Amino acid sequence: MNDAKPTRRSFLNYVLGGGVLATLGSVVYPAFRFIVPPPSGEANVSQLKLPFKRSDIEADPQRARTFKFGRTLGIIVASDAGELKAMAATCTHLDCTVQHRPDLGIIWCACHNGRYDLDGKNISGPPPRPLERYVVNEVGEDIFVSREGA
Amino acid sequence: MMTAPSETKATSKSRAHNWLDQRFKISALVDYMGHKVVPVHGHSIFYYFGGITLFLFIVQVVTGILLLMYYRPGADSAYESVRFIVSEVAFGWLIRALHSWSANLMILFAFLHMFTVYFTHAYRKPRELTWLSGVGLLALALGFGFSGYLLPWNELAFFATRVGTGMAGAIPVIGDELLVIMRGGEEVTGATIGRFFGLHVAILPALFTVLLSVHLIFVQRQGMSEPLEWQHLPASQKKYQKFFPNFLYRDLLVWLIALNVLALLAVVFPDGVGPIHWPLGTKADPFAPPPPVIRPEWYFMFAFQALKLLPPHVLFIEGELFGILLFTIGGLIWALVPFLDRKSQVNQRSRLYYAFGYVVLAFIIIMTFLGYVAE
Ligand code: FES
Repeated sequence: MNDAKPTRRSFLNYVLGGGVLATLGSVVYPAFRFIVPPPSGEANVSQLKLPFKRSDIEADPQRARTFKFGRTLGIIVASDAGELKAMAATCTHLDCTVQHRPDLGIIWCACHNGRYDLDGKNISGPPPRPLERYVVNEVGEDIFVSREGA
Repeated sequence: MMTAPSETKATSKSRAHNWLDQRFKISALVDYMGHKVVPVHGHSIFYYFGGITLFLFIVQVVTGILLLMYYRPGADSAYESVRFIVSEVAFGWLIRALHSWSANLMILFAFLHMFTVYFTHAYRKPRELTWLSGVGLLALALGFGFSGYLLPWNELAFFATRVGTGMAGAIPVIGDELLVIMRGGEEVTGATIGRFFGLHVAILPALFTVLLSVHLIFVQRQGMSEPLEWQHLPASQKKYQKFFPNFLYRDLLVWLIALNVLALLAVVFPDGVGPIHWPLGTKADPFAPPPPVIRPEWYFMFAFQALKLLPPHVLFIEGELFGILLFTIGGLIWALVPFLDRKSQVNQRSRLYYAFGYVVLAFIIIMTFLGYVAE
């Protein structure tokens, strides 16, 4: 009888504590899930026909255009040799949008002076990784951009 | 006969007093206030910095509520509504200027307040929790600055928010999830404005109010910290002034001066001046590259600049991660200083923590300077 008391008490404590935790959990969990937004559509776009032509890119003072590729931005650049190169436009450092600098012959990120060559390789500044390269296919007037391996 | 009117006044006053006293025991409070004193010494001016910060916060609440009447969050309406406020609404430019100026000054005075408390070791026993709540308040104030910056939805705000949330995204394990929660998706969009708006006008004010009340109650309970040198002073050489009404009157005078300075700044420089400015600029365009000079607000400049100077890799970890780690550790030490600084707990100066304070201060000043000049 003597040692039954503490056991009963601790049992009740567990039940009570567990109940409180479960209640808290059932309040916090849905609230947390609520603030995580549902994924937006068109996540896995692997190929895209660009809504502009080579002449539009070459006419641009920056000799480049940005476009929406799935959920992210891409950039397509006309090199001096007349080659079209496409890659992700999101800087691998902290997500700024990169831009083509024809005067320097590089892809440049204004936010922390990150530099990439026209193949998207990071050459100086803080970016830790190269930009993701896309494959460019020209079919007549149309430009198609696709992810590597897709 | 001549004294009759003043007599009735006196009795009516005490009647009101009695009425309140019976219900709320205010005479205990009045008594308490009457006994409270404030130390007088060479650094007494530091006692006003917290009060100025409080005053500027009150201005923030009032002007913020006013702006709320016209501001409309959303990618298609945010920029236009701010433009409407500054160009069409009577005194709209003034309210926005006041809100922006007092935001900047509030952060400035919060920093000054913190550093003076730090360098006078005023965080020592029994004020550990007061310090901790103060650090929390400063963190929330920075959160206000960060979330408010995006709301006009202009070019600068857009990219500053991308970089700021990108920083959160670089945190290991929880980074990706955190970034999506902050942005309301993978990119900075109208959804992000919604979130930042909610944060700026509901969540942060609620947390701030609670923490501020705690902070002020602590300060009232503990009174003003006496300087360390007073330890060895004979009682006859310690000077005090009464909190009520002497110190309070001075405090109110300082508030009046602050109000005038604020009004002057807002009228003469409605768009800010020098590096502290908030031009409406052009509307954010997610497809456009960032403008050649992108800058965060001045109080984030040191962090921004430090991240810019870090190489892509430091000892096998990515540069930005290294930077975030450094800031986290530094911030933690800063917050826990009252518990770490054993010497100040027994009312002694501690060289080590002075040195740490100077290193932090020098780091902030040098990085900020580089950020503005190195361009
Ligand atoms: S975000 Fe591009 S260099 Fe930092």
